Amino acid sequence: MKCENCGERHAQIHLTQIVDNSVTTVHLCEECASDKGVQTGAAAQANPLNDFIASIGMGVGSNISDEDSAIECSSCQSTLRDFRESGKLGCPACYDTFHGHLKDLLRRLHGSNHHAGKYYFADSEESDQARHTRELKKQLKNAVDAENFELAAELRDQLKVME
Amino acid sequence: MDLSMLPDGGMRWLDASGPESMIVLSTRVRLARNLSGVRFSTRTTATDRKDILESVARACHKSGQLADAVEFDVPSMSSLDRNILHERHLISRELMGRDGRPVSSAALFTEGELGVMVNEEDHLRIQVLKSGFDLSGALASIERLDNDFGRELSFAFHPQFGYLTSCPTNVGTGLRASVLIHLPGLVLTKEISKVLQGLAQVGLTFRGLYGEGSEVVGNFFQLSNQTTLGKSEGELVDQLGKVVRQVVEYEVEARAVLERDAPVVMADKVWRAYGLLRYARNLSFEEAMNLLSGVRLGVGLGTIKDVDAYTLNKLLVYTQPGHLEDIIGLGVDEAELNEARAEYVRSLLQPGLDDGGDQTEKSSES
Ligand SMILES: [Zn+2]
Ligand SMILES: [Zn+2]
Repeated sequence: MKCENCGERHAQIHLTQIVDNSVTTVHLCEECASDKGVQTGAAAQANPLNDFIASIGMGVGSNISDEDSAIECSSCQSTLRDFRESGKLGCPACYDTFHGHLKDLLRRLHGSNHHAGKYYFADSEESDQARHTRELKKQLKNAVDAENFELAAELRDQLKVME
Repeated sequence: MDLSMLPDGGMRWLDASGPESMIVLSTRVRLARNLSGVRFSTRTTATDRKDILESVARACHKSGQLADAVEFDVPSMSSLDRNILHERHLISRELMGRDGRPVSSAALFTEGELGVMVNEEDHLRIQVLKSGFDLSGALASIERLDNDFGRELSFAFHPQFGYLTSCPTNVGTGLRASVLIHLPGLVLTKEISKVLQGLAQVGLTFRGLYGEGSEVVGNFFQLSNQTTLGKSEGELVDQLGKVVRQVVEYEVEARAVLERDAPVVMADKVWRAYGLLRYARNLSFEEAMNLLSGVRLGVGLGTIKDVDAYTLNKLLVYTQPGHLEDIIGLGVDEAELNEARAEYVRSLLQPGLDDGGDQTEKSSES
């Protein structure tokens, strides 16, 4: 397929756009695409955060000072600058090392910086018990709210056994 | 591992047995997981990756669900075979390698609807692919596998941020749910842009048939959640499910309007698509996709009766370049590929293969 702009080179970029109330796809070669300011190929691929962050008008490192960008993770030796450039963190410990910067970034990306999903315990026995305790406490609160004191007493006993 | 040994080609969803499978072709849910105390994929050494692969292989054997999984050692596969797995949505572009060379110990384990990619952008990408519109079924399946893996492996988890991922766009649940949906009615009635623009407002996004950055062809869209943090797995999936349910309703309405207001135009459109697919000698990928969309619409409307959903799904996958190259050999030019595509389509759409509908040949025999 030929590029729709120059009509010469092979079209490698396929841009889907919404124009005049319908979906259209523009086929462009790399040169014409980059002339039009479309980030392509390796550059766009390497950092999936780019689009996301560009769309909300914030760079990954927009508020990061030179001093901060040298902060290094002691577990994997990656720096905040590395993260800004690649959009990827080096290791799980990076989330603690760069905590201050990440919590703002995550809020912008996800609208929240607190996990609300499944809670993971490396030790599965502990996980079952903790989950059970939490569930019992929830039921207890419901029972008290509903003035079902018989059930509440029973649940309290169960909780005592658990602790 | 020989690709032909893969049961159902790794695509059980092709059978169109799931709910709403004429409009919603497939449902996918994947979870991104990393091992605690191990550097993320961009910083792993060959030894790290080998250890990760061994741990995951052990976890697969222990989990009843992937105990008989087929294992693909991605680096040792031919680039054609890798491409074929990619065209089947079984491995990502990332796992194939950015420059066409996968990293060492990159692997796929797959059994039935379940699979796990190892040493992808994250150490594990656990996925389930179901026929039709079945988000709750998909979530239940993936949760079971995740629980099995979670007992056997130690995942990187943070009390505030949840499951930790290489890229912050996946952190939290690590969950991406998506449906592959066919919306010709909304495209023809030009309602589609309203629908797509509405997605962003509820934290959803869309893309084309074949993954990140791919163009929309043949009116096939992938709708998925954009955010992964701050909502539970169930909430994320529910939210997508509600929107998809609504989009399916809009699509059905749009088709009803088209049938009511322009029955002849519609009939002409779908029969032309069918005719071209049955007799064309040269089909580009894009043209084939658009014609398949027309025939799929015709089958959905009940206008075309002798093509089943399985055949339509199969055509969608097997008319891609890699699959055709597998039939006719590597190194062919685009013209040869287009001829092969037309020939393959004709072979599957031959009348009377299943239903005895071809009178001429049958009667001359008897
Ligand atoms: Zn050009
Ligand atoms: Zn680190």
